[in-house]
Amino acid sequence: MSFEFGKMVKFAFYFKQGVIYTILLSACTVAIGFVLALVVALIRINKPGRSVLSRVVNKVLHVITGVYIDVIRGTPMLVQLYIVYYILFGDGGLTAPKFMLFGFISGEQFIPGIIALSLNSGAYVAEIVRGGIQGIDYGQTEACRSLGMTKLQNMRYIVLPQAIKNILPAIANEFVTIIKESSICSVVGMQELMFNAKRVQGASFLPSEPLLLAAILYLCMTLPTSKIIAYFERRMRRGDQR
Amino acid sequence: MATSGKLIQVKNLVKTFNGKIHALNHVSLDINQGDVVVIVGPSGSGKSTFLRSLNLLEEPTSGEVIFEGVNIAGRGVNIDHHRQKMGMVFQHFNLFPHLTILQNMTLAPMKVKKTPQKVAEEKALSLLDRVGLRDRAQAYPIQLSGGQKQRVAIVRALCMEPEVMLFDEPTSALDPEMVGEVLEVMKSLAREGMTMVVVTHEMGFAREVATRVIFMDTGRIVEENPPEEFFTNPQSDRLKDFLAKVL
Repeated sequence: MSFEFGKMVKFAFYFKQGVIYTILLSACTVAIGFVLALVVALIRINKPGRSVLSRVVNKVLHVITGVYIDVIRGTPMLVQLYIVYYILFGDGGLTAPKFMLFGFISGEQFIPGIIALSLNSGAYVAEIVRGGIQGIDYGQTEACRSLGMTKLQNMRYIVLPQAIKNILPAIANEFVTIIKESSICSVVGMQELMFNAKRVQGASFLPSEPLLLAAILYLCMTLPTSKIIAYFERRMRRGDQR
Repeated sequence: MATSGKLIQVKNLVKTFNGKIHALNHVSLDINQGDVVVIVGPSGSGKSTFLRSLNLLEEPTSGEVIFEGVNIAGRGVNIDHHRQKMGMVFQHFNLFPHLTILQNMTLAPMKVKKTPQKVAEEKALSLLDRVGLRDRAQAYPIQLSGGQKQRVAIVRALCMEPEVMLFDEPTSALDPEMVGEVLEVMKSLAREGMTMVVVTHEMGFAREVATRVIFMDTGRIVEENPPEEFFTNPQSDRLKDFLAKVL
C-alpha cells in the first residue's frame, strides 16, 4: 500500500473550504445549541409560583420540553437532518434565506443544517446543564435569596457560574462531538469537509488519500478544542485551590 | 416602620409536610426591636423550620408573618424586597465558592441596592476589619477555616444593613475551638442592639445574651421566658427533661 499525498496539493482549495465550512457550522451549532439547552434546562428545573396561571404555563412548557428531549434522543441524527431539510424546509414551507458566504456557503443549505444540528445538540446539552444546575448545593440558592436577590439574579450570579464550571468537561465533549457529527451534513450536499473529501475522491481517482487527509483535518479541529476548554476549566478552578 | 417596637409578629404559623406532619403547629410570637430571641429544643422540634419561615425560605402552610407591618407570607408580596432587611446566617455558611470574600459581600448590595462598587467595597472592608478578616478580602472561601467562613457569612449579611439577623445553628458545623470566635461576633452584634433570632444549642450564649429564650417541641412553643427564669425555674416537664440532658 502506498499513498500519493503529493497529488492532494492541487486539491488543497477544496479541503480549505471544507474546513472553513465545518468550523463555521460547528461554531454556530455550539452557540445556538447551548442557548437552546440553557432555556430548556431552566424550564425543566423551574418551580411554578403560587398562581394558577403560573402553574399551567409551567406544566405546558414542561411537557413541550420533555417531548422535545425524548424525540431528539430517541431518533437518529440522520433522520432528524432529513426531516428538517426535506420536510420542514421542503414541503413544510419554511424558506431559508438565500445568501452566499465566502462564495461557497449557501444559506439555503447552511441554515437548515444549523437548525438540525442545534436542535439535536440542544437536547443533549440541556440534560447536561440541568444536571449541572441541580448539582449545586441548594444552600447556595438559599443564601443568595436570603440576601434579597431575585430568582434570576441567583441563576445568573450564583448557580450558573458554578454549574457551568462543573459541566465544562461534558460540554467540551459535546462540542467535539458536533465537529465530528457535522460530517453527516454531507449527505444533503452541504459542502463541509466530508463532502469535499468525497469530491476530491472523484476528481483525483484516489480513494484513500482524501479520506485520510479529512480524518487528519478533523483531528486538527477536535484536539485543540478540547485543549482550549481544558485550559479554561483550569482557570475557573481557581476558587477550589488553597 | 412597625408600630410599638414590634418588628416581627408571627401569628398562628402552621407548616405541614405532605399534609400530615405538623412541623409547625400554630406558632405565634412577637419579636421586638432589639430583642435577642434564642430558640432551643430537641432536633425535629420545628425550630429551624420556624426560623426559616420568618424570611419565607420555608413557605408556611398557613398563618401570618408580619414584618414591618406587612404580612410577608401573604399572596402577591414581593418577598425579595423584604428579605433584604432580614439577614440570615446558615449552619453550613453557604459562602459563594466561586467569588472572593470581598465579592461575596458586595454582590447583593451592588445588584439589589445598586450600591456603587466603591461604596460597597468600603463598607465590606470596614465590616471585615471588625471581625479581624480584612487581610482575607481577596481570598476564596475554601482558603478560610470554618470559624472564619462563618464570620464572613455574618458580615456578608450585615452588608445589606438588615433590621433583623436570623441565625440557623451558626456554630453547629464548627470545630469546638472555633465556636468562640463566632459567638464573640454575635455577642458584639447583640450589644449594639441588633435584633436577633438565634436557633442554637449553645446554652451559654442563650444565658448570657438572650433577652428571651424559647423552648420548642413537636412544632409548638412550649415555654418562653427571660434566660434567668428559663434556666433556673423551668415550668414544663419536657423542658426540665431537656435541660437535664443538655446542661
